[in-house]
Amino acid sequence: MSDLAIRCEGIAKQYQIGERETYRALRDALTEAFTAPFRRVQAALRRGDGGAPGGPPTIWAVKDISFEVRQGEVLGVIGRNGAGKSTLLKILSRITKPTRGTADIYGRVGSLLEVGTGFHPELTGRENVYLNGAILGMKKAEIARKFDEIVDFAELTDFIDTPVKRYSSGMYVRLAFAVAAHLETEVLFVDEVLAVGDADFQTKCLGKMDDVAKTGRTVLFVSHSTSAIQRLCPRCILLAGGRIDFDGSTEEAIGRYLRRVATDRYSAAADLEKPTITLASCEWVKREQCIVIRIGFQAPFPLYPPIVGVIVCDSARLPVFGTNQRFEHDDNLPKSMQNGIIEVCVSTSALRAGTYSISLWLADQYNDYCELRDVLSVQVDGPLPSGPQPPRSWIGSARLHTSYKYYEGDPNLMIGDARLV
Amino acid sequence: MATLSGDAFQLEPQLAAAPLPALLHVAIRPARGWSSLELGEVWQYRELLLFLIWRDIKVRYKQTALGAAWAILQPVFSMVVFSLFFGRLAKVPSDGIPYPVFAYCALLPWQLFAYALTESSNSVVANERLITKVYFPRLVIPVAGVLAGLVDFAIAFSVLIILLLSYGIHPTWTVATLPLFVLLAILTALAVGLWLSALNVQYRDVRYTVGFLTQLWLFLSPVAYPSSLVPERWRPLYGLNPMAGVVEGFRWALLGKTPAPGAMLAVSVLVVILLLAGGLFYFRRMENSFADVI
Repeated sequence: MSDLAIRCEGIAKQYQIGERETYRALRDALTEAFTAPFRRVQAALRRGDGGAPGGPPTIWAVKDISFEVRQGEVLGVIGRNGAGKSTLLKILSRITKPTRGTADIYGRVGSLLEVGTGFHPELTGRENVYLNGAILGMKKAEIARKFDEIVDFAELTDFIDTPVKRYSSGMYVRLAFAVAAHLETEVLFVDEVLAVGDADFQTKCLGKMDDVAKTGRTVLFVSHSTSAIQRLCPRCILLAGGRIDFDGSTEEAIGRYLRRVATDRYSAAADLEKPTITLASCEWVKREQCIVIRIGFQAPFPLYPPIVGVIVCDSARLPVFGTNQRFEHDDNLPKSMQNGIIEVCVSTSALRAGTYSISLWLADQYNDYCELRDVLSVQVDGPLPSGPQPPRSWIGSARLHTSYKYYEGDPNLMIGDARLV
Repeated sequence: MATLSGDAFQLEPQLAAAPLPALLHVAIRPARGWSSLELGEVWQYRELLLFLIWRDIKVRYKQTALGAAWAILQPVFSMVVFSLFFGRLAKVPSDGIPYPVFAYCALLPWQLFAYALTESSNSVVANERLITKVYFPRLVIPVAGVLAGLVDFAIAFSVLIILLLSYGIHPTWTVATLPLFVLLAILTALAVGLWLSALNVQYRDVRYTVGFLTQLWLFLSPVAYPSSLVPERWRPLYGLNPMAGVVEGFRWALLGKTPAPGAMLAVSVLVVILLLAGGLFYFRRMENSFADVI
């Protein structure tokens, strides 16, 4: 097929997990060199059962990924954290090699896995544009030709000869994105880079990506942002657990994605520098009609007082409810806490049935430390059997207590009736 | 499902009509042991190589009070210390050349080598961000690290000219061979740097080894002393240290007074070729896992 841009066949990538944090010391390699022959024999004996027990634990970051993208097609890739999106993109961008499977790409490949890769703080904006452009694979002449356009796009004409270490973070990402946006390759891989800058600039970025998509270039676009995917990609792949869960229309992919993100558990490593939410879980307790959210946190210093924020959003990502103890006082709030679990119960008696996502936030009286957007999700079942309902966009997600009374008769005659005053 | 996406996307027919030039084919395959060097690809990325060198040079002396003067101060101070302790106090022979000139001629290539080796050994780890986010031939990184040292070398070289003039030493025709010895110094640093930079990704022990290694290597090379101290029949063996060939070659090319380091140099060149070829293949083999391990 001549109009093929990308063909992936059975792409799989295996990673070793555990002991990744510590660097291998030479000593370890030496001991391994002695034991390796024995383990190789062991492994040969056990061949066939996939995961090698005794060997280092491994994980398939992606497995059996096969798809084709035609030239000029804009393909979205969505999936939860750890679904394999970034690994897939890294393989296709040739940053890492697949363990199995093959991929063929026809055309010059550009990949934007990050904005501002290789930016050096000591260099000026101008110098960084050239450096970053070269790193992304642009020729010097090409950068020179587009230089004014890039600077205009970044809205940094006056600061272009200032070292970027003097830039605000907004200016920095604007410049970085501007360079990236002017990369003109036939095939483009984009990872979440649209989420930069302020709202205005984000709109501009999306507009730019729209233009890119319309110039007939092949784009593989990975994002968490379902709205950006919806806007840019007619076709979308949903990844789950390293495999393709769905490949087809974006609308359906997003629908499946939202149903899939029903995560009730989150965990992360503690940070030595700042207070971090290390554990979070939630469940809907039917009997008590409430969502119980447990937030475990660890901090290098006590939080005075430990503040946790909770925002509940509906499936359209619209906030339904949010609170924290700073503005809604809690009598049980301890003076300080360094490590522990805080349990938050949110009554759901006023919520309609559906999937809700929960964002968490950790702070003390004055500082914010940790924010996790849409980190958990929970299924709330309505107390009533749900028949056909008007869409949420009409009636909202709240189900406030409502009562009705009925008076039969001529309304005009009833005016003055004591019961109705 | 594939038809679904095709229907939804209207641009397809127009595109098919547009005459596309023969497209580059990028084949992604699992890593299989030793792979070819693909030096042609490095050549394709020569602009990036130049940019990385330019960046290293540009950034090196930013926010230092003395700036590029450091490139002169380091070898000059080493020369002074060497002249004082080895030349004056220890009375190390210098083949009839004034000791400061003798030492400086050797310190020039030595510093070039030591700098290039250190930079290239740490280069891959230092450019972690690039490696995990962008594709380009990884060989570009250690090569850039090595070549960036040439600017310091050029600056320090100007002092040598002054030194030679003030001692009234006029170089002979042999000076024309000097670029070859510079090249040999660079290639030696690259050869060792390739091994160390790839090892460094997995074993951070390298970081601590490099400083120690260069120190030790300095004394194994005829920088503070002439190689004529080494018995004649052992000299080819001494050439196993490529820097011995480089340093003596420098002295010969610049001063023309010492005998040409024939056999020793031949051994040195051979060693460098072997080390470099091995280093290139080893680097190419290891680079497949750089992004995963770094």
